[in-house]
Amino acid sequence: MRLHQEILLTRYILRRILQGIPLLLIISFVLFILMMNMGDPVATMGGRRVTRSADYQRLKRQLGLDKPIEVQYIYWLIGNDWTKVDMDGDGVAETPGTRHGVLRGDFGTSLVNRGTAVLQVIGERIPNTLILMLASEAVVIFGALLVGVYSALRQYSFLDHAITALSFIGYSMPIFFIALLSMYVFGVMFKRWGLPFLPTIGMFDPQVGSSIWQVIYHMILPVVSMSVVSLASYSRYIRSTMLEVMNQDYIRTAKSKGLTRHTVIYIHALKNASLPIATVIGLDLPFLLGGAVITERIFAWPGMGRLFLDHVSRADTPVVMGILMLVAVAVVVFQIITDVIYAWLDPRIRYD
Amino acid sequence: MPILLEVTDLMTRFHTAEGTVFAVNGVSFSIEEGETVAVVGESGCGKSVTMMSVLRLIPIPPGEIAGGTACYRGVDLFKKTEAEMELVRGKEIAMVFQDPMTSLNPVLTIGRQITETLIRHEFLEKKDAELKAINLLEKVGIPEPIRRLGDYPHQFSGGMRQRVMIAMALACTPSLLIADEPTTALDVTIQAQIMELVLSLRDQLHMAVIWITHDLGVVAGLARRVLVMYAGYIVEEADVEDLYSKPRHPYTLALLQALPRVDRRRDAHDHRLKSIPGSPPSLLMEPHGCPFVIRCEYAEDRCKTENPPLRTIGMNHRIACWVDIDVEPSK
Amino acid sequence: MPGWIPVSVTIDPGLYNMEPSTSIIPSLTPDDLETPPIGLGQLAWRRFRRHRPAIFGVIVLVLLFLYAFSGGFFFTEKYANFTDTSRRLLSPSAAHPFGTDTIGRDVLARSIYGGQISLLIGLTAVTVETILGILVGALAGYYGGVIDSVLMRITEAMLNIPEIFLLIVMAKFFGGKIPEVAILGRSYSGSVVVIVVIIGLTSWMYLARIVRAEFLSLKENEFVLAARATGTKNLDIIFRHILPNSIAPIIVSATLGVANAILAEAYISFLGLGVQPPTATWGNMLDGANNYLDTAPWLWFFPGLLILLTVLSINFLGDGLRDALDPRSRAV
Repeated sequence: MRLHQEILLTRYILRRILQGIPLLLIISFVLFILMMNMGDPVATMGGRRVTRSADYQRLKRQLGLDKPIEVQYIYWLIGNDWTKVDMDGDGVAETPGTRHGVLRGDFGTSLVNRGTAVLQVIGERIPNTLILMLASEAVVIFGALLVGVYSALRQYSFLDHAITALSFIGYSMPIFFIALLSMYVFGVMFKRWGLPFLPTIGMFDPQVGSSIWQVIYHMILPVVSMSVVSLASYSRYIRSTMLEVMNQDYIRTAKSKGLTRHTVIYIHALKNASLPIATVIGLDLPFLLGGAVITERIFAWPGMGRLFLDHVSRADTPVVMGILMLVAVAVVVFQIITDVIYAWLDPRIRYD
Repeated sequence: MPILLEVTDLMTRFHTAEGTVFAVNGVSFSIEEGETVAVVGESGCGKSVTMMSVLRLIPIPPGEIAGGTACYRGVDLFKKTEAEMELVRGKEIAMVFQDPMTSLNPVLTIGRQITETLIRHEFLEKKDAELKAINLLEKVGIPEPIRRLGDYPHQFSGGMRQRVMIAMALACTPSLLIADEPTTALDVTIQAQIMELVLSLRDQLHMAVIWITHDLGVVAGLARRVLVMYAGYIVEEADVEDLYSKPRHPYTLALLQALPRVDRRRDAHDHRLKSIPGSPPSLLMEPHGCPFVIRCEYAEDRCKTENPPLRTIGMNHRIACWVDIDVEPSK
Repeated sequence: MPGWIPVSVTIDPGLYNMEPSTSIIPSLTPDDLETPPIGLGQLAWRRFRRHRPAIFGVIVLVLLFLYAFSGGFFFTEKYANFTDTSRRLLSPSAAHPFGTDTIGRDVLARSIYGGQISLLIGLTAVTVETILGILVGALAGYYGGVIDSVLMRITEAMLNIPEIFLLIVMAKFFGGKIPEVAILGRSYSGSVVVIVVIIGLTSWMYLARIVRAEFLSLKENEFVLAARATGTKNLDIIFRHILPNSIAPIIVSATLGVANAILAEAYISFLGLGVQPPTATWGNMLDGANNYLDTAPWLWFFPGLLILLTVLSINFLGDGLRDALDPRSRAV
């Protein structure tokens, strides 16, 4: 029986992955088109001066920007090392291309950090964003479970109403407002009042150097900003899921068997409530990533979000596409993981 | 036989957004050890709420037990703490519910759902509890019990699930089993099987059974005594035969008259099924006078203003009515 | 059991003294004791009225609209955009109740005109996204098959990219290409139109999914079968039969969508990619405000607070609407 289930599960995962691929291709094509009108990266490459005309043409050729858009997309996707490119401007393609294409893992080189591979540029920043996101997700999950279950069990109490009101306020706040407010109170005002205060810029204090404690210390405010909105909305969701579950007949049966309140809530009820909660939290990733963009800007945190903003404003297509595709892949992967976890948790689901 | 459960003047209300629902309005009855009693009435008459109040399974906001006592073996259950009630439920008094689809936890194995009562009340080790569970499943007629122990509720059919529920309820040999319409949601053919199962287990375990149903046809072969409820009151209480042959409350009479009969002669009077005109009163209003008054053929002015108490009119026979209707069997 | 027929009615002599009863055939007046039937609309209104946060939300929203639109009588737009660098960064005072910004503009006046734009953008963006969402959802749900597959693939594709990224990319794509427009006596920079369009283009997916689900379930109903049997055209069936029946979740979604649109505009303007100055919005008033975090908190506090109040009251309102119109669909 178990082996049969495992085989079905593997096939299910493979099927989902295969379904995800055309999706990602569509996404990449649409995004690529959108990229085309972002601005002219070559125009600013001369630094502060406007690029000279001859240089302009040469740069465009070298970077492959003179080709029509479909060709650019093809080169981006599967590289140009299977064909020849015209490097010297004489109209004859003679030099073999050097790009392998995204499908083989080559995201090209950055137009802004010239010569540096896109993956390297992004790779330097990913860990910083990941730290923020993982910490935020942990805060959201634990916090929402605590608050949600607590207020479900104390329905109609004053605390429940207070928590509901705070939750509404919490998820109605724009992230930058939370960020600025918390920075002001905990960073500025605390300092003025002589209280220990939290840092507001960057990942670590350059004078002290980069250590674990520094990073954690600097992480507090950004993580708070990123988690408040999700925490507020998930605690309400968990509360209402718990309430729904607690009203089910099988909870009444469990109580009628004389099981302790503890058993009824944490085993009978929570196990059922965790099903929808797991799915929703798993799909929260896109939102957190979006939050990261704003938060990193405000706190000057050197992460992928800030990278995205910087490179979009300078029309660095390869890097921007790289980030976007990474995000899209992550979202698709997370969806599959969430589906699998849900199927694994709920014994009623069959994988066919 | 000694009295197992004695309920006096139970009143249960629900405070909802639309107003207060007066679900149970002064119900008194007693159950002897080993007795089988049926509680009959239409949907909404308060039969389930009464029993759930006894076990204190009513959600407290919005529910409220507004008065009365429920003495189990002489001790008032309403005075116990929640922890003390947890020791009564499942061990002394057990309940089987109507819809086996929704009454079993879908994410726990049925083995787990049976053994947890055994572990909790009888302090068995897991292995011993599992052995006992297998034994119980056999008793209720589940084939291949060892394999089925690890199965989930959705892997059973409706009738099987109800058998599992019964096994769960009887695991710790309670003295009183309350069965709340256990066969209503099942096919007619399965209904008979389940009924037989409960009755035979009752005999084996010397258990008292309260069987709640809205189906008068079921009651006859089942119980020794019947309680008829209407709008939160008990309106008639009698031994089964007395009730069927000489119903003394207009509501019981009307119920019995509404039963389709195959043995009656067809004549001018009996072409149509005789239904009770009107509908039950809204429970949102505090009861005033007899609840059946607007549908009663025999109602009088007094019935509108004064609620009749239960009074004894014969051996084990009580009615809550100002009027005493007397019926005779037809030739 | 032998049958029986009642032969006599006797009064129990021990109870009371009264004349013999006459058999009363009860007159059928059950309505006295039952609740009278009321229409669905009235029922919804009753439920809405009971939802106190929703009423609070409506009141606050009305006040905010008054603030933004009638405030225009107290300050002219010229005044709001009037720069005077000699008066930059003044803290709140009688002359400037909300202080002045980095180039000397009065923050209060800007928040009034900014409010007009932000609220307007919220409402128009929702109109765009509602139309798009209904179209996609209805067509996918009703016709099914290939149309459904294709439309759902596109929907999924767009849902897979976080909204902020899409907004940023689209903002750069459209940036600067749309000229100024003049409506209702005010001239708006082209960026306003851009923002409305891109918010609409990035938010329709949620509604499309909801509408599709409604159509999938409603089209199996008998009234659809009846309509088809009488030869009603498909488009008519969609828009005049099925759609009105699924209006409840659409209203709720649209209401909450306004909050989302206002937030989206705020985010994108905060990043400097949204509405361009001198036109003020609550979002772009915050651009660069974190440089003056401690020296001039009034720069970000007041616009931020206004956004919070608006979004909060819309959320309350949406919650009340959901309770009133569609109580079964509670997710939060």
